[in-house]
Amino acid sequence: MDVTFQFDWQAAIDSIPFLLEGIPWTLLISFGGLAIGFVIGIVFGLLRINPVRLLRWPAIAYIEIFRGTPVLVQVLFIFYGLPQILGGPINALTAGIAAIALNAGAYISEIVRGGVQSIEKGQREAGLSLGLSRPQAFRYIIWPQALRRMIPALGNQGIVSIKDTSLFSVIGVGELVRQGQIYIATTFTALEVYFMVAMLYLVITLSLSYALRLLESRGLVGQ
Amino acid sequence: MNDETREAAQETAQQPPIVRLAKVNKHFGNLHVLQDIDLEVVPGEVVVIVGASGSGKSTLIRCVNGLEEFQSGNIEVDGNELLPYGKSGKSLQTIRTEVGMVFQQFNLFPHLSVLDNVTLAPIKVRGWPRDKALQTAHKLLERVGIQDQAAKHPGQLSGGQQQRVALARALAMEPRLMLFDEPTSALDPEMIGEVLDAMRTLANDGMTMMIVTHEMGFAREVADRVIYIHGGQIVEQGPPHEVLDNPQNERTQSFLSRVLKH
Ligand SMILES: Nc1ncnc2c1ncn2[C@@H]1O[C@H](COP(=O)(O)OP(=O)(O)OP(=O)(O)O)[C@@H](O)[C@H]1O
Ligand SMILES: [Mg+2]
Repeated sequence: MDVTFQFDWQAAIDSIPFLLEGIPWTLLISFGGLAIGFVIGIVFGLLRINPVRLLRWPAIAYIEIFRGTPVLVQVLFIFYGLPQILGGPINALTAGIAAIALNAGAYISEIVRGGVQSIEKGQREAGLSLGLSRPQAFRYIIWPQALRRMIPALGNQGIVSIKDTSLFSVIGVGELVRQGQIYIATTFTALEVYFMVAMLYLVITLSLSYALRLLESRGLVGQ
Repeated sequence: MNDETREAAQETAQQPPIVRLAKVNKHFGNLHVLQDIDLEVVPGEVVVIVGASGSGKSTLIRCVNGLEEFQSGNIEVDGNELLPYGKSGKSLQTIRTEVGMVFQQFNLFPHLSVLDNVTLAPIKVRGWPRDKALQTAHKLLERVGIQDQAAKHPGQLSGGQQQRVALARALAMEPRLMLFDEPTSALDPEMIGEVLDAMRTLANDGMTMMIVTHEMGFAREVADRVIYIHGGQIVEQGPPHEVLDNPQNERTQSFLSRVLKH
């Protein structure tokens, strides 16, 4: 068997312009989905710790369902399954953003819950004892502190979700992996192209990590 | 206690009480933590509450500003009523704006500067303009001797300084009554004095205070009345020279002999 192979740097470099066309889609799905997921996470994370049981259980159900099923299945369900209910097609980009939003939203709910619950009871009591209403105590005292504690976990979720978008090549949205696949179909340079695809993901995720570390070093995280 | 302050205490005793607890009962599950507590505090009075660990001291003063619910009886603070099971409606909020509290663990807001700790409630609750709140805050910080630390965050201060900020924060709401739950128990010994000094000044200025503390020297000096609690009941109360120096109840005697030995 001939094991000598050549990594064709020229082929790798040649693929870059075409691959870069996928990056806006990858970023749009990731950050669009994460932004919506963050809102979902705040709402369901807070419902999850609401003293009213009737509000708690829908939150628990949502979190368990979307954490407990693969994001690939979720996006297939949304893209191929939901149109049968809705009676019309769903655009692939929308399906991708929705899947990230719902999936990340479930994890972020738990991050929010943990963050809020980690704030000492005395903080709320001090706020209430000063005459702040419960919503005020939450907004001015608990939430700002909880948010700082949540940032490392949120960053982690961001990285996971960015990588998850690679699965959405299956619904034909032209993100990074999909671009790679299309390119390889005509050039047969899988080694070089997937290597470049991996590198581009790393550039995105490392940038995010770096931004988070900057935040941390400025003391905006933790405490 | 000198004659002057005793006279003052007797004078104030004529006024209607600012705090009135009537037959207050509080349970934690099976634990009957407060048992038929009747207690009145008149304006300007300094009441020190002493008792063994677990006797219900914290629970008692936390009921006064509604941080703990109770199951029966009734509490009135400056004309506002607290009802059992937290069914107090708006009066709870009113009471909290008029009652300040200082906690054992300070409970300063670590994400806010000292100044913002002090101005938050006046701005958000009282609706004061920022200027007015800042002015008041600076005055109060000066009064408790930490004007130089206004821009720092609580984590950068010593325990004694933090507790004085907590005092200033509570005073910024211009409370009619101050509650203290073991304000010096979490402090290193060398910092206890500075906090007690600030409290002493406050008492001399005529603030109504309910103080849970183990500082018997301070109690003897500042209190108009000392209340000894045991097992959720008021067992003995009176002027400090009576309760602390000549306790009638056996339980008070044995408690004090344990505490005063230290
Ligand atoms: N949240 C709670 N749930 C259940 N039991 C409680 C709770 N808070 C206090 N207790 C119990 O109620 C009793 C009175 O507590 P409290 O904190 O009022 O005592 P204390 O006199 O302030 O004691 P210490 O000097 O230790 O602060 C104790 O037996 C305590 O264990
Ligand atoms: Mg206590």
